[in-house]
Amino acid sequence: MSPTETIAAPEPAGGPPRRLQASSKRYGERAIRWLLASCAVLSVLTTTAIIISLILPTIGFFGIVPFDEFIFGTDWTPQFEPPSFGVLGIVAGTLNVTLWAMLFAIPIGLATAVYLSEYASPRVRTTVKPVLEVLAGIPTVAIGLFAVSFILPEIIAPLWPGDLLGGAVGKPFMALAASLGIALMIVPIIASLSDDAMRAVPRGLHEGAYALGATKAKVATRVIFPAALSGIVASVVLATSRAVGETMIVVLAAGSTPNFTLNPVESVQVMTSYIATTATGDISTGSLDYKSVFAVGSVLFAMTLVMNVISIRLVRRYREVYE
Amino acid sequence: MEAGDARSPRNRLAVAGARATTQAMLRQQPRGDVVRNTLFAALLLLAVVIALAGLFALVIQAFAKGSSALSPDLITNPPSKINPENGGFRPAILGSLQLIAGVILFVVPVGVGAALYLEEYADKSRWWNKLIEVNIQNLAAVPSIIYGILGLAFIVRGPLDLGFVLVAGSLTLALLVLPMVIIAAREAIRAVPDSIRQGSLALGATQWQTIRRQVLPASIPGIATGVILAVSRALGETAPLLLVGATVFVTFDPTPLGSDGYSAMPVQIFNYAVQAQDEFQTLAFAGIIVMLVVLLAMNSFAIWLRNRYEQRW
Repeated sequence: MSPTETIAAPEPAGGPPRRLQASSKRYGERAIRWLLASCAVLSVLTTTAIIISLILPTIGFFGIVPFDEFIFGTDWTPQFEPPSFGVLGIVAGTLNVTLWAMLFAIPIGLATAVYLSEYASPRVRTTVKPVLEVLAGIPTVAIGLFAVSFILPEIIAPLWPGDLLGGAVGKPFMALAASLGIALMIVPIIASLSDDAMRAVPRGLHEGAYALGATKAKVATRVIFPAALSGIVASVVLATSRAVGETMIVVLAAGSTPNFTLNPVESVQVMTSYIATTATGDISTGSLDYKSVFAVGSVLFAMTLVMNVISIRLVRRYREVYE
Repeated sequence: MEAGDARSPRNRLAVAGARATTQAMLRQQPRGDVVRNTLFAALLLLAVVIALAGLFALVIQAFAKGSSALSPDLITNPPSKINPENGGFRPAILGSLQLIAGVILFVVPVGVGAALYLEEYADKSRWWNKLIEVNIQNLAAVPSIIYGILGLAFIVRGPLDLGFVLVAGSLTLALLVLPMVIIAAREAIRAVPDSIRQGSLALGATQWQTIRRQVLPASIPGIATGVILAVSRALGETAPLLLVGATVFVTFDPTPLGSDGYSAMPVQIFNYAVQAQDEFQTLAFAGIIVMLVVLLAMNSFAIWLRNRYEQRW
């Protein structure tokens, strides 16, 4: 119902029909509406600007490096002569770090969520959840430094029988150290969002299951978990997208050796760390290196976009079902 | 004493009897179930402990390694390559404060404006409003380094062509956290019940008067929470700043439009962290302590604010 709609009031006795419309045109009201709308449109413009700023240099890049060499090549050696731009060499690094991070983060995050929503007493819940949310705000540069100065030497090194790569020349790097750092970053995300999804499941489902004689573990795993599955998957997908896009942890802990492998004890370069270490201020605008940053950025943007859209759709589905 | 009185001895006896019977029945759970249940609960608890222990270990390690460098010099001295032990964060702190001031100036009006449009004016069945909504949700999850690329191509160079100045960094961070603010503000505005709006409109207020005098005041705690969380995210963000000109060793106080470069807390920490000497490492950890204290205080305040003023209508 819009405010400008004309509604005729019931005719008062002995007069012309009175209108409920505003007596003046209210230009101010309209101006405010447009002003607010333009704020909202700015977000669409941001997306458009991102896409334009990625695509234009990427097209220029493909004018020099053939498209199929970029997409299917596995050698990422831009500093060599002649350079080779096979993006799979650093996509593999991203997948390596992400895969092992998710392997740790999904079970821990989901178990935390199940504990918080089904097992924890209200008091424990109202303490642990805010603590997790506050800790989720730790800057990633701090997590990266923690990964390289604690997780790697104090946790991985004693458990790993082999030599640490690069140990002789100072700081060793390892994909697994970055993976564990990223896991630390995304466990609160998975836990908090999955907990929300499980708490959106109506109480009736719990009570029905208990009335049928199910144990607490069965209620949690066979009733509530499946009922909240779309929300849980959405949280995991969103966390994966965050892991793929994370920069500082991998820059500090994973190293900068492009490496076509999923082996977690190798040093790898990932897409974000290539961008962050190549496009730092002094790079000249027209160079091939400059353009390659945008080509890698396009691949990264496309990967996260797909995951974000999946996650948004899944969240919408569980909202439709239960809210 | 009447039979209907809940506290009569007869009733109490009946309740106790019923409870004992129920418990006796339920205790007949198979032994395997009991074991499995306990084991499952223990595993869950273990996961919670691991998650919390990891995060607390980070905080403790930072304090253990960085506290020796904690002194007023840390805040008042510029970084130094020659005397690392006297180095500090002065330009970085000033840079971060200016960056954040710019972020707040941009993000509060635009974010709240967009949220008001989407909640109060937009007809949600129209495709363009749906597009804006999905678009904002997606933008909230775009990697921060992509915003760095946007800042480099669009703000530093390209259409806006500001150069590597602090304002460019500020705008980049503002765009990065704008979706967070919009989403939080929308939730706060949505929580104000319709009856408030209808009451105001019925008394003859225009739509904007209703928003300004009823909806906005009621949703301010929620909006403030969102803004604080967004600012703390912007404060801790490093990657996009690397691309839009926050440079290595800035030893002078940065200005908003100075083209000599600027620095920010997380960038300075990163630059200390990648140096080999122990003194720089200690400085990096000391910087992390400063940031953790500021950020954890801000986040705690925001979450307290949300829980305290969460209105139940």
